[in-house]
Amino acid sequence: MDLLNNFTLIGLPYAALVLFVVGSIYRYQATKYTYSSLSSQFLEGKQLFWGSMPFHWGILVLFLGHLIAFLMPESLLAFNSHPVKLLIIEISAFMFALIVLVGILTLFIRRITNPRLQVVTNRMDLIVEILLILEVIIGIVVALNFRWGSAWFPAVITPYLNSLMILQPDISAVASLPSAIKLHIVLAFTIILLFPFTRLVHFLVVPLHYLRRPYQRVIWSWDKKQVRNPDTAWSITRPYEGVPNFLQKLVPSELAEKYMQKLKGPFRYFK
Amino acid sequence: MDVRSQISMVFHLDKCIGCHTCSIACKNIWTDRKGAEYMWWNNVETKPGTGYPGKWEDQEIYKGGWKKSSGGKISLKGAGKLRGLLNIFHNPHLPVIDDYYEPFTYKYLDLIEAPAGEDQPTARPVSLITGKPIDIKMGPNWDDDLSGTPDYARNDPNLQELSPAEQEAMFQLERMAFFYLPRICNHCLNPACVASCPSGAIYKRGEDGVVLINQEVCRAWRMCVTACPYKKSYYNWGTGKSEKCILCYPRLEAGFAPACMHSCVGRIRYLGVLLYDADKIESAATKHNNDSSAIDLQMDMLLDPFDPEVIHSAKENGVADSTIKAAQSSPTYKFVKEWGLAVPLHPEFRTLPMLFYVPPLLPVMASLSEVNNIKQEKKLDSIAKSWNDNWLYDTSTEELWGTIEQARFPLKYMANMFTAGDEEKIKEILKKLMAVRIHRRSVTVGDISEERSQATLKDVGLTPEMADDIFSLTALAKFDDRFVIPAAHREQAMEMMDFVGTTKGATGFGIKQDLKRSL
Repeated sequence: MDLLNNFTLIGLPYAALVLFVVGSIYRYQATKYTYSSLSSQFLEGKQLFWGSMPFHWGILVLFLGHLIAFLMPESLLAFNSHPVKLLIIEISAFMFALIVLVGILTLFIRRITNPRLQVVTNRMDLIVEILLILEVIIGIVVALNFRWGSAWFPAVITPYLNSLMILQPDISAVASLPSAIKLHIVLAFTIILLFPFTRLVHFLVVPLHYLRRPYQRVIWSWDKKQVRNPDTAWSITRPYEGVPNFLQKLVPSELAEKYMQKLKGPFRYFK
Repeated sequence: MDVRSQISMVFHLDKCIGCHTCSIACKNIWTDRKGAEYMWWNNVETKPGTGYPGKWEDQEIYKGGWKKSSGGKISLKGAGKLRGLLNIFHNPHLPVIDDYYEPFTYKYLDLIEAPAGEDQPTARPVSLITGKPIDIKMGPNWDDDLSGTPDYARNDPNLQELSPAEQEAMFQLERMAFFYLPRICNHCLNPACVASCPSGAIYKRGEDGVVLINQEVCRAWRMCVTACPYKKSYYNWGTGKSEKCILCYPRLEAGFAPACMHSCVGRIRYLGVLLYDADKIESAATKHNNDSSAIDLQMDMLLDPFDPEVIHSAKENGVADSTIKAAQSSPTYKFVKEWGLAVPLHPEFRTLPMLFYVPPLLPVMASLSEVNNIKQEKKLDSIAKSWNDNWLYDTSTEELWGTIEQARFPLKYMANMFTAGDEEKIKEILKKLMAVRIHRRSVTVGDISEERSQATLKDVGLTPEMADDIFSLTALAKFDDRFVIPAAHREQAMEMMDFVGTTKGATGFGIKQDLKRSL
C-alpha cells in the first residue's frame, strides 16, 4: 500500500508536473503549429453549443475554485466559517459540476456519433474526454459522500500540494483519505501529465493578450522610418550597423539586435 | 501624412464572361488539399444571386464587418475583444460547412472495377469529409447562371430595398439579366479579420498591404471567419487553421501576376500600386453613415503619385523608388482615382476594401418599350407561331441617358452593391462608360456625329483623350499595362535582417543549421 501511495501521490505528481512543463515548452518551441484548439464547430455547430459552453465555463469556475482553495486556504476557511456562505459555495460548486458533466457528456456523444467529427477525432481526443468524464463523475461522488470539500480541502489537500511544491512531499494525511478522493487526485495529475500530448495545450495559449493589443496589426520587413534619407535615391542601410563590435561578440546576436531595437525604436512590429 | 503603398486590384465587370478560369487556377495552386476542398479563395458569382456562402452579403445573418456605435466610433459587428473572448467556446455567428457546401468527389474507379452485371456501373458521389456516399445538395457555383430562380436570384440580399413591383419586373423572363461578380480577398485597409483575431495571427504586410494569416500562430478561435464581411477567410477543418487568399505573394515577389489574374480569359483584371495616407484610415472608416460618402472618403485617402509632396513623404516612409514609379503607371490608380470608374464592393461594411469594380454597363443597355405587335402577329401563321405580347427591346439612344434610367437592371440594385445605395453615383459611372462607347462609335463607325459625342463626353467631364485612354486600357491593354507589379526588394529586406555573408555558403551543400560552438 505504501508503495502504491508513494507512486500515485508522489511519483506521479512529480512526473506529471515535469512532463507538463518540459513537454509543453518543448512542443511550443519545436512545433508551434500544433498549438491549436482544433475547433470542430465548422463541421457541427448546434450540438457544440450545448456541450462546449457548459463544459468550458463550468470547468473554468471549478478550476478557479480548486485554485483558490490551493492558493488562499485561510481566506477560504474564514469565508466558510459562516454556514450559509459554506452552503452557497458548496451548492454552487456542485451545480457547476453538474453543468460540466452535462457539457462533457454532450461533447463526447457528439464526437462519437457524428460521422463528420469522427474524421477529425484522434485517439488522444477520446482518451482525454473519457478521463475528464471520469474525473468529473468522481468529483461529484466525492462532493456527495464526503461533504463540505471547501472546508476539508484547505486543511488536507492544500498542505499536501504545498509539500509537493517545496519538494518535501508529505502524504501522511492524504494517504489515509478515502480512495475516491485519492482517485480524483490521481486522475487530475494524469490529465496534467497528458497536457503536452493532447489538444489540451490550447488552454496554455488563451489569447488574453488580445485585450491589450491594438486592433490592427501591420508588420514591416524593414523599419520604414529609418530606411532612407528621402532626398537620396532609394538605398538601404542595415539597421544594426550601429551595434558596436565588442557588443556583437559579447552578446548573442539576437540579444544585441533586441537591444538595438530598443535604442532605435520598434523594428519589425508597427501599429 | 503617413504614406504607404498598397497592391490594389480592379475588376472590369463588363468584360467578365463567367468562365471560372480564375477560380480553377487558384484552386489548383492553393486549395486542392484536405480540409481546403470547399474553399474558393477566388470565386465567381452570378448576380442577382445568393453567392458563396449563401447570402454572404446579409450581415444580419453573418454579422461581418464593422458597425458604427452611437459615440461615432466603430466596432466589429460579430466579433471584437470582449465579444470575441466571451464567444470563444462557441461562436454563435460562425457559418458551418453546409453554408458553403459539402465537398465531394465520385468513385470513378467503380466504373472500371465494378463486377459485370445487369446494369451500367455508376460513379457514386462520396463526401470528401467522411468518405461516405452522399446526396449532393450543393456544390461550387451551384447557382451559376441561375438568375431568376426563386431559390437563388430572388434571395439576393441586394434586392432588399427594391419595391416588390421593381423586383417582379426584374424577374420577368423577357427582362431578365445577370452579370458575374468575381471575388477574392479585398486586402482591406481596415481589415475586420485582422482586428478580430484573438491570437494576433492575421496581419497586413507593411510594404504591399497583403493581408496574411500566420499558420503557426492561428489557434482556431475562428473569429476571422465571422468578422470578414466578404466571407473570404476560410476555416480549414482538417488542420484547424484559418486560411485566406494570399494574393499569390510568392508570385508577386517574383514579379508575376497572381494566378487568378494571369489566367483571366476576359482580361478583366488589373493590378497596381496605390499610395494612400494611413493617417486617414480611421476617419475614412468612421466618418460616414453607411452612405456613399464612404466612397468619397476612401477616394480622398488615395494620393496622387506625381505630387512632389506625396513622393517626398513616401520616400520618408521607406517606400522604394521602384514602388513609387509603379504607382505612377498603375492601371488601378487610373480606373479608381483619375477616371472615377471603379468603386469598392459594399463600402458600407467599413473595411476599406482595396479591390475595386467597374460596374457592368451591358445589362442596362437595352430596355423594354411598349409597342403594338398586332400587325406582326397577323402576318404569322396562326397555328405554328404567335406573337401576342406587346413589347420590344429598345436599344435606341435617341434620348441620351434615357436607357440608363429605364434600365433592365434597376439602378438601385447596382447601387446597393457598389455605392451603398446611392443611385446617382452609380449612374455617373455608367454614364461615363456609355460616353466612352458613344465616343468610340463616333470615331470608328461614324454614325454618331462628333458634336454629339463631344457633348456626351463633356456632360460626364471626360475629354476625348481620356476617353481614348479608357478605351485603350479597357479593350487593348497588354499584359504589362494591366499588371504593374513593383519590385519586392526581397534581397534587400534580407540584407537588413541578417549579414548575408554569414549564411553565404551555408546552403547548397546541405547544411541547414547554424554551427554554434557554445552558448
